[in-house]
Amino acid sequence: MNIIPGFFYSKNDEWVEVKGTKATVGITDFAQNSLSDIVFVEISVSEGDHVEASDLIGTVESVKAASDVYTPVAGVVVAANESVIDNPELINADPFGKAWLIQVENEDGIDTSGLMNAEEYKTYCEGRG
Amino acid sequence: MMFIPHSDAERDEMLAAIGIQSMDDLFEAIPKRYRFPKINLHEGMTEIEASAQLKEIAEADLSVEDVSCFLGAGAYHHYIPAVIDNLISRGEFYTAYTPYQPEISQGTLQGIFEYQSLIARLTGMEAANASHYDGATACAEAGILAYHQFRGKRKKILVSPGLHPHYAAVMQTYLENFDGVHIEIPEFKSLDSVTPQNLADLIDEETAMVMVQYPDFFGQLFDYSEFAEIVHAKGALFCMSVNPIALGLLKTPGEMGADIVVGEGQPLGIPLSLGGPYLGLFAAKKDLIRKVSGRIVGETVDNRGQKAYVLTLTAREQHIRREKATSNICSNQGLNALTAAIYLSLLGKKGLQDVARLCYDKAHYAAERISKIPGFHVLNSTPFFHEFAVACPAPVSEINEHLLHHGILGGLDLSRMIPSLQNVMLIAVTELNSKEAIDDFCRILSGDENDDES
Amino acid sequence: MMMNREQKTIFELSSEGRNGFRFPKSDVKAAELPNDLMRETLPLPELSEMDVVRHYTRLSALNYSVDTGFYPLGSCTMKYNPKICEKAARFSGFSQLHPLQPVETVQGALLILYEMQEILQEISGFHAASLTPAAGAHGEFSGVKMIAAYHNQRDNSRRKVMLIPDSAHGTNPASSVMCGFRVQPVNTNERGNIDLKSLAAYCNDELAGIMITNPNTLGLFDENLIEAIDMVHQAGGLVYGDGANMNALLGIAKPAELGFDVMHFNLHKTFATPHGGGGPGAGAVCCTERLRDFLPGPIAAVIEPATDELPPLYGWKMPEKSIGQVGSFWGHFDVIVKAYTYCLMLGRDGLKRVAEFATLNANYLMSALKDVYPLPYDRICMHEFVLDVKWPDAPDVRALDVAKRLMDYDFHPPTNYFPLIVHEALMIEPTETESKQTLDLFIEAMRSIAKEAHEQPELLHDAPVNTPFGRMDEVKAAKDLKITE
Repeated sequence: MNIIPGFFYSKNDEWVEVKGTKATVGITDFAQNSLSDIVFVEISVSEGDHVEASDLIGTVESVKAASDVYTPVAGVVVAANESVIDNPELINADPFGKAWLIQVENEDGIDTSGLMNAEEYKTYCEGRG
Repeated sequence: MMFIPHSDAERDEMLAAIGIQSMDDLFEAIPKRYRFPKINLHEGMTEIEASAQLKEIAEADLSVEDVSCFLGAGAYHHYIPAVIDNLISRGEFYTAYTPYQPEISQGTLQGIFEYQSLIARLTGMEAANASHYDGATACAEAGILAYHQFRGKRKKILVSPGLHPHYAAVMQTYLENFDGVHIEIPEFKSLDSVTPQNLADLIDEETAMVMVQYPDFFGQLFDYSEFAEIVHAKGALFCMSVNPIALGLLKTPGEMGADIVVGEGQPLGIPLSLGGPYLGLFAAKKDLIRKVSGRIVGETVDNRGQKAYVLTLTAREQHIRREKATSNICSNQGLNALTAAIYLSLLGKKGLQDVARLCYDKAHYAAERISKIPGFHVLNSTPFFHEFAVACPAPVSEINEHLLHHGILGGLDLSRMIPSLQNVMLIAVTELNSKEAIDDFCRILSGDENDDES
Repeated sequence: MMMNREQKTIFELSSEGRNGFRFPKSDVKAAELPNDLMRETLPLPELSEMDVVRHYTRLSALNYSVDTGFYPLGSCTMKYNPKICEKAARFSGFSQLHPLQPVETVQGALLILYEMQEILQEISGFHAASLTPAAGAHGEFSGVKMIAAYHNQRDNSRRKVMLIPDSAHGTNPASSVMCGFRVQPVNTNERGNIDLKSLAAYCNDELAGIMITNPNTLGLFDENLIEAIDMVHQAGGLVYGDGANMNALLGIAKPAELGFDVMHFNLHKTFATPHGGGGPGAGAVCCTERLRDFLPGPIAAVIEPATDELPPLYGWKMPEKSIGQVGSFWGHFDVIVKAYTYCLMLGRDGLKRVAEFATLNANYLMSALKDVYPLPYDRICMHEFVLDVKWPDAPDVRALDVAKRLMDYDFHPPTNYFPLIVHEALMIEPTETESKQTLDLFIEAMRSIAKEAHEQPELLHDAPVNTPFGRMDEVKAAKDLKITE
């Protein structure tokens, strides 16, 4: 299982990469692996929407499960990844890279309090077998 | 023993294999004071006895086959071709379970795939599901879809007073516990006021969905094309409840711009059976398909390279999503969907056009005849399909009682559902009403009972 | 080389100008059509009658069914569907009744509905019944909504929590949410019973009720049932019974006496009406005195009592505070006629035998398989039981593989991966209508598969091979989504 150092992680298996006042959000390798083949991705927010931490931003669906995705951080949505909507299998192939879901910006800075770091997330995943 | 094959010897062998003494030992987990209660029922019967008793009960009923039927209002007396009962009586179809094991369920799965295709083609839509319980619950499910489409932010569902009152009632039952949703139905004033124009003024930014019926409850037909544009301009979804036979002739909801099409599939070869089981049609634009509840069959291939079908998009459904599912529906009306598929395949393009045309022509003949009877007045002033409302000179219940004496099942007494519509009868005519029967009906209505032999 | 079993669709079979059914020429003059309202094309297939008959007959041959083989699907009660029930439902005096006919003309049908309500009440101990729900989930929705209406009427609208054991059917939480409740799962303990400690934590003034399947989905009669029901009642909640497993209780125990307040029956399970390849079923709902006014309606009632000369007059009655109408008309009458016919034939003693022999058959299978298949809850079961296909010495074999391999032995697989609390669940419900000979063949097949799992696991991974179709590409179906042609 892959975990990227330097990213932040939520208990719902989303990751956040922070660069200045911008953050990129996606779902983790652990999440894609337990869902198996992803067949559908819906992003339910669009550019300009204001999101709070834990707001629903979309759904990821495999043949055996559908999982809601929440943003772990607050901000204004500045981009939604169109290519992952067209190619849901990207999530299985590259969950931390090409399969990012949204980018948000927050001029007051990205608040990552309450999120796990890579080490903590690794322990969290191992605890779930 | 009835339907239980075990001999006493086999039973004893099985008890011994389990390692218990008696049948009663199987139920030790049930607290003694609740175990083996007294059941006050009759003793069992043989098939010969049960058959005779049921036949006698059935004979107490008046079958529409033995009268001349002008009653419709959401359930219609059409001819059911012999092929249908022959095919759906095959045990391989009707004693099968839901096709969760596609390797040994391709009969059911392909049947549903063809049904979905037929309903999509008939309604002019891109997608259809494997069915809902009936026309009313299909309307309610459309309302739930609309609620979720706007994530609960739009709270109003605007319903035409031309929607079957039972359907509106069921929408109310289903949706009243959804957070703040309200169903708005303009009060019925007169038939002339049930128009798309009058509904259009009530659409606002709060509206999640607008629901109309086509033909409407009173038989009226409107072209909803412009209306659909108004609905869409306000950002709402447009849903039409249809009669599938009428679509043999009429412009499709798809052409008019509907987002969702629901309807009662009973006219497609399903017997009246006192109101059920029927068939809830449900079709939609393709981009809504993941929000459509209920089973959906999709095409795929098996590991031998054969084209095949499976239940798909199941991740939306209750057995996987549990409390996050948009609906609790589990079954579909499998056998009735198959019935509809066989009916549409058998009649085909020409047959469906023919039956729709027969209904249309005969209804118009009947309306014309009735409008000439003194005291009777056809209320429909716009085009109608096979049903129309008639103002009568006396309470409809009295007229119907009189008609029944002459072997005629009259139309619906509209005051039963819309109290302000006193002395108005809703009359339905299908291919099974002969000219002679229509003439007789008019003759009895006009009070001329000479030459009556019944 | 295997035969290709693909079937052309009705659209591929279509041939222009063909017609399978002719209507008579019109005997009235043609009416003027509304030209701007006519459709341009009608893209339906064109087939002959024989094309249609052959097509659907060939399709039917690709199905497994109760009429062709053993169907041990847990929680589905795939018992034999008696043919007399089909015949009776087709009597013209039942099948050809319009739902809006005057009640005087449908007294036979109303008598059946009325008596069916009485039969269900007698079997269950409840005081009232409504036959309007169209299916189990629909009955469940109705019953849970009655609980919501009950609390609302008592100004207890803060009661918003519905407890649901983790072993429950998925419809339970979905129905609860549709009725405005918040779902709280309750744990199952190591004996397969409701965990009372977990339950106690939620017995407060937010509690609306609990939904209990009993016997539960492990096929066990819950040993904590009476206490659990009592705790919920003490806290002011009501108890919903999921009647999916009622086949085990006919004549054995009455749910109302056990403390349930409202429950649905699946007529297509317990009362032998056919499953129809996915429906239609019927989901009657029954309740105690304090909920009767909330039942969905209308229900069949005596509107004029019998006199010395005349039988009673039956009619429709809407319960006083009814949650409303739940379907277009009055329920699945045709299905109810079949269930009624079944009850007539079985009678009091026959119905009890159903539960006895369903339970006997399940225990016979369980005791013959538990030495080769892990059995997570080893005690006398009711009408079904759950195996957990986890062999330490055959780690690659899963419940799915055993299920698929069973098809090669000409058996329908058991329910798999349910209940969710058993990870590799195979849930087996033989029903009472299967003979010892059939059960013995099934045991033989299951034991043989267990052996294969250890010695030639690839046979299981590749299965099925003796069926008309092999395993499906479900990812392709969902991704390339083609649902119409």
